[in-house]
Amino acid sequence: MPPLFEAQDVFFDYDGIPALRGLSLAIAHGERITLLGANGSGKSTLLRLLDALSFPSRGVIHFNREPLTPERLQDDGFAFPFRRQVGLVFQNPDVQLFNPTVFDEVAFAPLQLRWPKEQVLQKVHETLELMRISHLRDRPPHRLSGGEKKRVALASVLVLDPAVLLLDEPTSTLDPRSQNQIIDLMQEWKGSSKTVVTATHQLEIVEDIADRIFVLEEGRVAAAGTPAEILSDRELLLRANLVHAHRHAHGGVVHSHPHIHSHSRHEH
Amino acid sequence: MKSGFLESTAMTFARALTRAMLSERTARRRGLLQSLDPRVRVVGLFSLVLAVTISRRIPAIAALFALAVVIALLSQVSIAALAGRVWLVVLAFTGVIALPAIFLTPGHPVAGFGKLVITEQGLRTAALLILRVETAVTLTTLLVLCTPWAHVLKALRALRLPREAIAMLAMSYRYVFLLVETATQMLESRSSRTVGVLTPSGQRRMAARTAGVLLSRSVALSNDVYLAMQARGFRGDVQVLSDFRMTRWDYLGLLLFLAAGVTAVCLGR
Repeated sequence: MPPLFEAQDVFFDYDGIPALRGLSLAIAHGERITLLGANGSGKSTLLRLLDALSFPSRGVIHFNREPLTPERLQDDGFAFPFRRQVGLVFQNPDVQLFNPTVFDEVAFAPLQLRWPKEQVLQKVHETLELMRISHLRDRPPHRLSGGEKKRVALASVLVLDPAVLLLDEPTSTLDPRSQNQIIDLMQEWKGSSKTVVTATHQLEIVEDIADRIFVLEEGRVAAAGTPAEILSDRELLLRANLVHAHRHAHGGVVHSHPHIHSHSRHEH
Repeated sequence: MKSGFLESTAMTFARALTRAMLSERTARRRGLLQSLDPRVRVVGLFSLVLAVTISRRIPAIAALFALAVVIALLSQVSIAALAGRVWLVVLAFTGVIALPAIFLTPGHPVAGFGKLVITEQGLRTAALLILRVETAVTLTTLLVLCTPWAHVLKALRALRLPREAIAMLAMSYRYVFLLVETATQMLESRSSRTVGVLTPSGQRRMAARTAGVLLSRSVALSNDVYLAMQARGFRGDVQVLSDFRMTRWDYLGLLLFLAAGVTAVCLGR
């Protein structure tokens, strides 16, 4: 089976400042992928390219063997099914929440994709229930707390039940309870046909949400492997700025080591 | 540090926005306007505003003002809040414009201060202007106070206002909050790192820099928002749900609004 996404030697820059420098990777159908990297390593840029919101300055990205190009996205025959299949949750929920109420926010995507009114109402109702935000339906999204905003942003994409989910730092800036709720939801997708690509720099959650990890460093894939392989490579994690030396005392003895907290367990 | 013009302006703007949020609480109360379909509220109140602008006689406009006060009372809108937030402010602004008319309009003199003569026609012109603006602003404020912004937008859409115009209104309302929050945080951050009083030229430089940074941030934000809309299927033509239903009560309300407007226009010619 051909890969769902295939990026070949992709370059991208923001007004001359390089973000991706010859990045190549392939993602299979149904995989749970984590893009791991420090700030500025190119994770968010890659997600935008995978969602065809921006396009490489060099190289090419294929989706189901189709090249993602501006011309291809101009074609409604390609764009509508693509937007139906691929959903992106932005890192900053304020970017994503632009409707007057939570209900309108969640209904936005199905309405743009011309779903029938009855189907939109039913699906929005189900999604609000799923995300436990029914009580917020008439509230303006911009007056919600950070955790509520994230859940509404996620709901606004999940309402389409997309086959591919691209999540940009879905748990960053959340309190522990909100973080756990989102991770629990992501764990429910394990074994489903959903392809989930999550960008994060939080090592403590990757074992719970990923089958495979790409470590990004300065706009390139520095390493790829299972969570166990990547998390055991302390040299790689230190080099990619994903862990730091942690000094603490056991009794009277002070020592130092790289430090990781897992969502489900704590290890030294 | 003593707060300067920029800080006080931003804070005042932030307070005004908070008041706008409080208005959504009024919109959730049980009252006359709240019980009507939002389209009836928009058409009805705007028809009264139209009648106010067309009428030329003070008694007709005064009657519409009295009607606005009655609607406010029946819609559980605080008269004290209306007086403080609308009537006094409008009186101050319109009064400045109307004041010269008292002296400059030729006509029958009623009082004089040296060479300045107050004329009966001048007083009538000033009263007409102030009353007209007070009434129109009161009616518009009632619409905004008694209708959640989302419903105002939906009602405008249902009344065939172009989708692009509605989308622009919705976006402006939504992101002005975010930009004001950002501006306030930038000013607070600046204050926390500033000791003493800046010179006027220093204040101007700082204000220009802050405005520049805010502008570049808003440009980046608008670009990201557009991408977020595209990511969810936006193709340049906003689709919205309109699930309003007119009842007999709504038709009756609309009829009464239009009747009041037409009567005021006829009496006010």
